[in-house]
Amino acid sequence: MNHCLVQNVRVSAGRKVLLDDVSLSVPRGEWLSIVGPNGAGKSTLLSVMAGLRSSSGSVYLGDIDIADMTPRQRAQHLAYLPQHPEVPPGISVGGYVLIGRNPYIPLLGTEGQRDIEILNEVLEQLSLQDFRDRTLDSLSGGELQRCHLARVLVQDTPLIFLDEPTTALDLGHQQQTLDLVCEIRNQRELTVVMTMHDLSLAGQYSDRIILLSEGQIASEGKPEDVLDPDRLSGLYGARIKVMKVDSDIVIIPTRSQEL
Amino acid sequence: MSKAATSSGLRTPERLRASVILVGAFACILAMGTSLAIGPAGINKTAILRELIDRLPFIEMESGLSPIHKSVIWEVRLPRILLGGLVGGTLAVSGASYQAVFRNPLADPYLLGAAAGAGLGATVAIVTGSGDGIGAFDLVPVLAFLGAMGAVIMTYFLGYSSGARRSPSALLLAGVAVAAFLTAIQTFIQQQNVESIRQVYSWILGRLNTSSWTEVKLLAPYAFLAILVMLLSRRALDVMRLGDTEASSVGLRPQIVRFSVIAAASLGTAASVSVSGLIAFVGIIVPHVVRLLAGTSNRIVLPLSVLFGSAFLAFVDLLGRTLVSPAEIPIGVITAFCGAPFFVLVLRTSQKALT
Repeated sequence: MNHCLVQNVRVSAGRKVLLDDVSLSVPRGEWLSIVGPNGAGKSTLLSVMAGLRSSSGSVYLGDIDIADMTPRQRAQHLAYLPQHPEVPPGISVGGYVLIGRNPYIPLLGTEGQRDIEILNEVLEQLSLQDFRDRTLDSLSGGELQRCHLARVLVQDTPLIFLDEPTTALDLGHQQQTLDLVCEIRNQRELTVVMTMHDLSLAGQYSDRIILLSEGQIASEGKPEDVLDPDRLSGLYGARIKVMKVDSDIVIIPTRSQEL
Repeated sequence: MSKAATSSGLRTPERLRASVILVGAFACILAMGTSLAIGPAGINKTAILRELIDRLPFIEMESGLSPIHKSVIWEVRLPRILLGGLVGGTLAVSGASYQAVFRNPLADPYLLGAAAGAGLGATVAIVTGSGDGIGAFDLVPVLAFLGAMGAVIMTYFLGYSSGARRSPSALLLAGVAVAAFLTAIQTFIQQQNVESIRQVYSWILGRLNTSSWTEVKLLAPYAFLAILVMLLSRRALDVMRLGDTEASSVGLRPQIVRFSVIAAASLGTAASVSVSGLIAFVGIIVPHVVRLLAGTSNRIVLPLSVLFGSAFLAFVDLLGRTLVSPAEIPIGVITAFCGAPFFVLVLRTSQKALT
């Protein structure tokens, strides 16, 4: 069964077309990566799928049109992490992560015991208990990204959208972040959609890849089918080699021999 | 998990500690109590305390105060102190709320034109001779209130017609335009009526010296309603700190929170301005001091702004009426005198961003 269905989505800003008639479906439990060159429309597509940006065309969560959902209903179905999440100055880790419980708390109400329990479970799972009272702006990049993920997890949704979750992280933290997503996804049977710049990581972690180019789907399918050296070279305008190391797919940019 | 971790894990993060509320309440009582005890009439301080206790239910205590002194306490000092407290609390929490919804540490309650609108209203009332700032049928507070609300409503419509739905800064710019326009009209009217310039000027500088129970009763319902709405929105205002897109992704409707909080803060500000004139900087100084001392969460900043705002204005009013006694320094002069340097300090440290 489809968890998320996108039909004929078109978005333009001024005269520029950002997404041109994009349709796709995400089966329940899948990990889908959206890749493509800068300006291909990856983040735009993700925010349309998250119901945060209007478009012509429709997006369905299960069989409900996302346009018919209230923000609260939407936030109980899907959690969205932008590429550069806001870091409010002086906010504590606990206070920040707890904001993810907002869809379950009345507008003028406050958190209940259950919300605090969920907060504590997630902080423990992500080894953040000791950071509970630290301020968010005092954390390192890797710790901060764990807090963002924690906020997404306390939202307790079956569907998670991550916009370039590994940007600005070093090699080790990129891997740790994706390992964590992988672990939690298996544990909670989540559906994950993420946009990625790093083609190797996208290839290694996701079940399926959608390659966007100039607002259109250029290719979609299993990582080894989509990540074809000739196709990538053409789209990215780069010299690219695709290799298999053990069972992992690796995309390597190479230097021109003529220079 | 250790026992300590368990007990710390059970509590809500960013909660308002009882000890901090007690400090705020103590500051209020101290400022108001001192203010009640000090004044040109030189009334015996223990007698004042006895007089207060006598008014408590079921307790009889003879204070030994003369009827004149009693009336100084009950009809002059007390309403003035309560009015100062109400105005200070309302302006401070309105400022904190404006800073939260606009995510701008330098936002103040007069940002959307409330001050300019109130100034115009008061000037019209004064120059047409329909008010002298005293008494129940005085039109000055009424027109000041209408002017302030009118200006904010004008700003809101102007802002939304020019894109405030996409970015709240359109609203701020609309506020600047409306304030400039209304101030121009106000200055023109004042120029045409130089004979009342002194009265207008004294209103603009802000004062509590004409306060009576009438003003307290006039302000109280609006102030309490406004403060209640703002305090109830404190958790939502913390969610708003993520910005509109992320707030909306966790299920909040940022426009609704922004509208209701702006409406409440503007109502409170308009009502305060109408009885006290323009008292500058309270809405900026107090929330920032609270943030520096107690944390940046709106769950902490909003309630404490009410308490410390009340205490601050009661204290400043005490300075205003005692420093050059028997003359008075307008309260707006003192708040601005403390506020302007503070404002610069905030600007200089705002890498530490205080919203």
